[in-house]
Amino acid sequence: MKRLNGIRLQKGKRAQNKQITVLPLPKLIRIPMLMHMGEPCSVCVEPDEYVYVGQVIGKPESEDAVPIHASVSGTVSVISEYTMPDGQKIPCVEIVPDGLQVIHPDCTPPTINTRQDLADAAKNSGCVGLGGSGDLTYRKFARTEKMHTLVLNGAECELYLTSDLRQMLENAEEIISGAAMIQKIMKIKEVLIGVQSNQPAAIQVLTEAAEKQKGITVCPLPAVYPQGEKKVLVYHTTGLVVPENQEPEDIGVLVLNVSTCAFLYRYSQTGIPLIDRVVTVDGNAVPKACNLQVPIGTPIIDVLSYASCELDLVKQIYSGGGMMGVSYPAFRASVIKPQNGLIAMKNIVKPKEPTDCIRCGKCLRACPMNLIPTELDRAYQQRNVRMLTNLHAGLCMNCGCCSYVCPANRPLSETIKQAKALLTNA
Amino acid sequence: MHKLYIGSAPHTHSKSSSRRMMMFVILALLPAALAGCMSYGTSAILVLAISVVSAVLAEMLSSLIIRRRVTIGDLSAVITGLILGMLLPPDFPLWKAALGSVIAIVCVKQLFGGIGKNFANPAGVAWISLLLLFHQEMTTWRIPETGDVTRVTPLISGGAPYWDLLLGNCAGYIGTGCATALILGAVFLCFMGLISPVTPAAFLGTVAALSFVGGYDVLSQLLSGSLLLAAFFMASDYTTTPFTSYGKLLFGICCGLLTFFIRHFGGYPEGAVFAVVIMNLFTPALNRLTVKQPFGSVKVKKVKKRKKAAEPAESSA
Repeated sequence: MKRLNGIRLQKGKRAQNKQITVLPLPKLIRIPMLMHMGEPCSVCVEPDEYVYVGQVIGKPESEDAVPIHASVSGTVSVISEYTMPDGQKIPCVEIVPDGLQVIHPDCTPPTINTRQDLADAAKNSGCVGLGGSGDLTYRKFARTEKMHTLVLNGAECELYLTSDLRQMLENAEEIISGAAMIQKIMKIKEVLIGVQSNQPAAIQVLTEAAEKQKGITVCPLPAVYPQGEKKVLVYHTTGLVVPENQEPEDIGVLVLNVSTCAFLYRYSQTGIPLIDRVVTVDGNAVPKACNLQVPIGTPIIDVLSYASCELDLVKQIYSGGGMMGVSYPAFRASVIKPQNGLIAMKNIVKPKEPTDCIRCGKCLRACPMNLIPTELDRAYQQRNVRMLTNLHAGLCMNCGCCSYVCPANRPLSETIKQAKALLTNA
Repeated sequence: MHKLYIGSAPHTHSKSSSRRMMMFVILALLPAALAGCMSYGTSAILVLAISVVSAVLAEMLSSLIIRRRVTIGDLSAVITGLILGMLLPPDFPLWKAALGSVIAIVCVKQLFGGIGKNFANPAGVAWISLLLLFHQEMTTWRIPETGDVTRVTPLISGGAPYWDLLLGNCAGYIGTGCATALILGAVFLCFMGLISPVTPAAFLGTVAALSFVGGYDVLSQLLSGSLLLAAFFMASDYTTTPFTSYGKLLFGICCGLLTFFIRHFGGYPEGAVFAVVIMNLFTPALNRLTVKQPFGSVKVKKVKKRKKAAEPAESSA
């Protein structure tokens, strides 16, 4: 099997040996009503109402949403407006915690016997892809196709990020139990856990935990970015090629992040929905990189202050890793469900002026999808829809490898993103 | 709270830059150029200096005249001038060397859109033009040790002791004499990952195989003439050679074939630069022929050019 292209990133996981610590409750929690790929939820609490931990505060309006729960017990102070990194305005529930963390009486372990039960449980738990994608997990269980393989994504190939790695090291039992549960209910033959080969400790812990279970194997992946992308992961673990415009689920492969899997197991045991997550706090403005267990909706300022970040010096903050992270326009933001990293930088390297392509071909040797980024760039400059289609622009997943290696500093990944938008609108 | 900087992903970049890559190529060319200067003395230094300086000046002035951003900072003009200078005889008239640089930069590079858009190797085309224009001077060499003027190189005479070829003690162009220095530079470039060894290996391998079959002295065929310089530094140029691996392989093999045929059946004793420039013209075709199928792409009927009625949708989007 031929390995897909990729790039070797510099070593930058400072937090990989830091245990997950629990962040003390902040003074205020702001929970936006859109934390997944899809439609926003509608607020179903009033100001001054008392809410419990795990109480539904945002109801889904359509199939494209999952409920949002209060992550603390306390009083709703105000329903305000929240600006997403892309500029979209979303309603937002602000809660003042009372520190008691009283759990809502409705939080009882669900009974999961059939595939439909699993989909309902995933929906009611407010579960989204915790690896950063934010897609709706219940959708994957609700599909009618027969699934033959479950692939757990523990690759975490991004710069800085270690939240999945810590989950694998500290909660390996939960991941394996979750995998076994899903395996049983979905009648899946084989479970494959993909972990990068430069994390031998995680591979060992998972292999030991999986020994008791049948049909669960740990697959070491090459330590090359991007391994965590669905199609690359499925190819390197199962050898199957996901065709263009299709999802892995279309060919019978269910892909879940290891953290999502561990959460689903915890939910099946306790009935407490998705109210907190592990966030890696790193970046050169953060003296002590760490992995924090944070209630959903915690303002990022509280998280950064806890990690003794010098807020005055911060020039740029982004959510996610260094290759695909999204920049925050302002400090006023909260930790949301799919957020696996919070990176604060004090010296930003502004992108250098792009120069003309010298056709060195580095980008096409870096592209995991075998695309030709430089030709796509040229086709987009000419707004040539026909050429973009023939070059399969739609296959690009914006991993950023081409921009990373380009000696002419061309923003190739960004351009192809715009090219994809042009194709969908054309 | 102060304002934050918004950047698009990725928020990090590798160390590579065009300038850095060109700098390494210059470093790799320097040993051979220095060896030439040591063999031929002041006149060789002057020829190299004039061709480099006039290439840089030509790039700067032409950019200013056609109001394009001045790109001499990326050092690509220095490489063009250096390669051209290395392909000239040591006693070549200086103004003719300058003319060669102007042809390379203005006619081949700038008029086609600047760096990355030239159709053929600028130094190669300029060298061919000079050979056609000034045949007498381009084919008059000097023997390094004695200083005797000669019109016979090892390629024409049919060979020379290997040591002389390796150390550059034969009549030839400034930068092509010392094979050891050229090989050293090429190994450095391959080791730094700046050029792929595929093209030079295929190029030299084909010449060696054909020479063996044809009953010529393989080693002296490889080491004499401008073959090494062309194989290592012209056939591995980024802009004018294929970017796919199979394309590089085919390119190298075809260059080798052409070189062999020009050397033994053509009117010119020197074939390598001709071969590279001719093959440059096939680069777009080779790229198209050998391009990899994107991962998981579904083979669809190629979207053909739509009729006029559908055109406005494209332009408005």
